[in-house]
Amino acid sequence: MLSTDTDILAAAEAWRREGRGVALATVIETWGSAPRPIGSHLVIDGEGNFLGSVSGGCVEGDVIVEAGEVIDDGRPRVLEFGVADETAWRAGLSCGGRIRVFVERVD
Amino acid sequence: MRADILTALSAERAARRAAILVTSVPDGAQRLVREADMAGDPLAETLAKHFASGKSGLVETAEGQAFLTVQVPPIRLVVIGAVHISQAMAPMAAALDLALTVIDPRTAFATPDRFPAIDLVAEWPDEALGKRVPALDRYCAVAALTHDPKIDDPALAAALRAGCFYIGALGSRKTHAARIGRLTQAGFSEGEIARIHAPIGLPIGAVSPAEIALAVLGEVISELRRSSQREAA
Repeated sequence: MLSTDTDILAAAEAWRREGRGVALATVIETWGSAPRPIGSHLVIDGEGNFLGSVSGGCVEGDVIVEAGEVIDDGRPRVLEFGVADETAWRAGLSCGGRIRVFVERVD
Repeated sequence: MRADILTALSAERAARRAAILVTSVPDGAQRLVREADMAGDPLAETLAKHFASGKSGLVETAEGQAFLTVQVPPIRLVVIGAVHISQAMAPMAAALDLALTVIDPRTAFATPDRFPAIDLVAEWPDEALGKRVPALDRYCAVAALTHDPKIDDPALAAALRAGCFYIGALGSRKTHAARIGRLTQAGFSEGEIARIHAPIGLPIGAVSPAEIALAVLGEVISELRRSSQREAA
């Protein structure tokens, strides 16, 4: 089944209740051609399991790695991805867009 | 995000109330604002726009950037008529994440065999709505497909009163002219009646029940997205 943003928040809640470390990533800004609209969520647990998407697959890998750090230190951060960014070499948006993703820990 | 905020968000969703989560981008501080409590919030004016559009977005505040996560209730599709078109529509509605309810008092049509695993209600719409079926609201689309005014009209009237974002009714132009007459008699204004999409569905030349279902769902989605664009402008 495809997961809606509603399902993703429900998963964040359920995973947290199970005692897992959980981080929530949200697309907060997009420029140009962006694969997922503002407000799209990705939920990640401490083991790297995830549900949802913030880019349709282009940058999820990096978001998941950062999410692990957010789960550890609890400090929210903003990630930026796009062709204009140096991260484009390892995790770029092939569509040419740019996105900003807010990653926070679910306490 | 605090666990209590996440719990409150689910509670609002379950109660079918809109809510906005305000997140300060610089420090991650958050607060949840329910639509009813909006007036007391420092960002009241901005929040009102986002409640209307249903769209999340970044805003500038005195304390720096804030991200508004707008949560609107899940969209419901209420179909009047357990007919062939509704059968074709059921799996398509599920794929679109529309919560489908089919209402038809004719027990020959409204059978679980014809509608497996569908929220099917074999009652008159005006008896079902607000009781067995939760009352209509602006996050509902209503499609009247029975061709029978005794069944369709009360549902259309309820949909108009509830401000449903989409209202459609099956029938030819001639049938619709008669419907306009009846709804006018019932006290609805020309502007209100004009909210009803009739003939129903996007003009894609639909012939088969599945094609008509597709045309209707296309129109529902178009109205859902258009109404948020219009209100955001």
